[in-house]
Amino acid sequence: MQASPPSLLSAAWIIARKDLAVELRTRSAFLSVLVFTLLGLATFYFAWDPTVVSAADLAPGVLWVTFTFAGLLGLHRSFGMEAQDRAIDALLVAPVEREAIYLGKGLANFVFVGMVLCAAVPALVLFYNLPPGPAFAALGPIALLAAIGLVSVGTLFSSMAVNTRLAELLLPMLSLPFFVPIVMASSQASTRLLAGRPLAEAMPWIKILVAFDLVFVVACTVAFPYTLEE
Amino acid sequence: MTSPNSHSKPRVMDGVMLAALAAVAGATVRILMFTPYEAIQGPAQKIYYIHVPAAMSAYLALAVVAVMSIVYLWLHDERSDRLAESAAEVSFMFTTVVLITGPLWAKPIWNTWWSWDARLNLTLFLWFVTAAYLVLRGAIEQDAMRARYSAVLGVLAALLVPFIHLSVYLFRTMHPMPIVLKPSAPSLPREMLTTFLAATLAFLFFCVALIRARYRLAPLLRKSEGGGNG
Repeated sequence: MQASPPSLLSAAWIIARKDLAVELRTRSAFLSVLVFTLLGLATFYFAWDPTVVSAADLAPGVLWVTFTFAGLLGLHRSFGMEAQDRAIDALLVAPVEREAIYLGKGLANFVFVGMVLCAAVPALVLFYNLPPGPAFAALGPIALLAAIGLVSVGTLFSSMAVNTRLAELLLPMLSLPFFVPIVMASSQASTRLLAGRPLAEAMPWIKILVAFDLVFVVACTVAFPYTLEE
Repeated sequence: MTSPNSHSKPRVMDGVMLAALAAVAGATVRILMFTPYEAIQGPAQKIYYIHVPAAMSAYLALAVVAVMSIVYLWLHDERSDRLAESAAEVSFMFTTVVLITGPLWAKPIWNTWWSWDARLNLTLFLWFVTAAYLVLRGAIEQDAMRARYSAVLGVLAALLVPFIHLSVYLFRTMHPMPIVLKPSAPSLPREMLTTFLAATLAFLFFCVALIRARYRLAPLLRKSEGGGNG
């Protein structure tokens, strides 16, 4: 039987499935990132005086800051596990385009942080006493946009950081300045929506998120092949 | 003229550097002795003649980094990487000057050292990105890989600037608006305008001289660090 090389998207899907299968069988990273996130949400509550700042005002900022730091933990794993035993070499010799490796890794990371958010948002609603309906309606779409932006930049930097002498220490330094617009836009948009302000007030921030996602998904896909060995 | 490739030792203190230092010294004398105090702010306003030209020099150097990063990814010319590296170091220095002179002025005028203002944030995050760029360079031993990785970061950072600018601008601003580079005519008295323009030219000249000196020193530095494979 003659096998032809898979197309860009199906190759990406195969790589994403491989990463998710590894994660599903070990569950090591997911559980530790999940616990980190829940701990972050709980610890932040005690960092402010709840009689001065209401929990509902704190909640969005706490969620997005915790989410970006938790995301870093998961993102490092993405290429960190390929560095072990030079597993990346097998991906490089596979008859797939290099962009497919990026998209596959990105997709797996997106599912990973998406799962974390699926647990983090209900936990936030519980801990910070948010009204569940409006909270899910406001945070859900913003979480989607924020996760795409975080994963697009983070996947690329994860691939770069593992090849440096500092490895996981470098990833936050490279990524966090890029996460600043994501944290700001997500927090500002969700604070307004949670406070029951009209959608038009949150729109400028949501537009920044959408533009960030578009620009960096494209730019990082194009830039990714340069981060691999030639 | 000695070319950077010749075996003669490149000198930092050559004619260009001496002329640049003389220009900065001349501008400083004019700022201190031959420019009137501003009516309301008094002596504190004189820091403006250092602060703004330093900011413009930092931006010029950052533009060199961005352009040279694109050139490197396109042509793979080692010289463009060396120029980007030199400009990044010089930009880091000028941004540090901006971040130090700003609070010195803000304390008497705003009555606070720091304010989370749009322009301050942009400058601070540019400083973080430049720092990450320099740390990334230091963490990679292979020449070709270092050049590729830092070029990728240089291009992505250039894409990041508009997003940070937009989000911090939406956040809020109380920084003085430009009074020279604005659509209408400059609203600075003639004597102050002359000082400002002289200081700006002197700083930009100094910036170029520093980048040039650092560029010429690069081969020596690389040799002394013992790097240089790949």
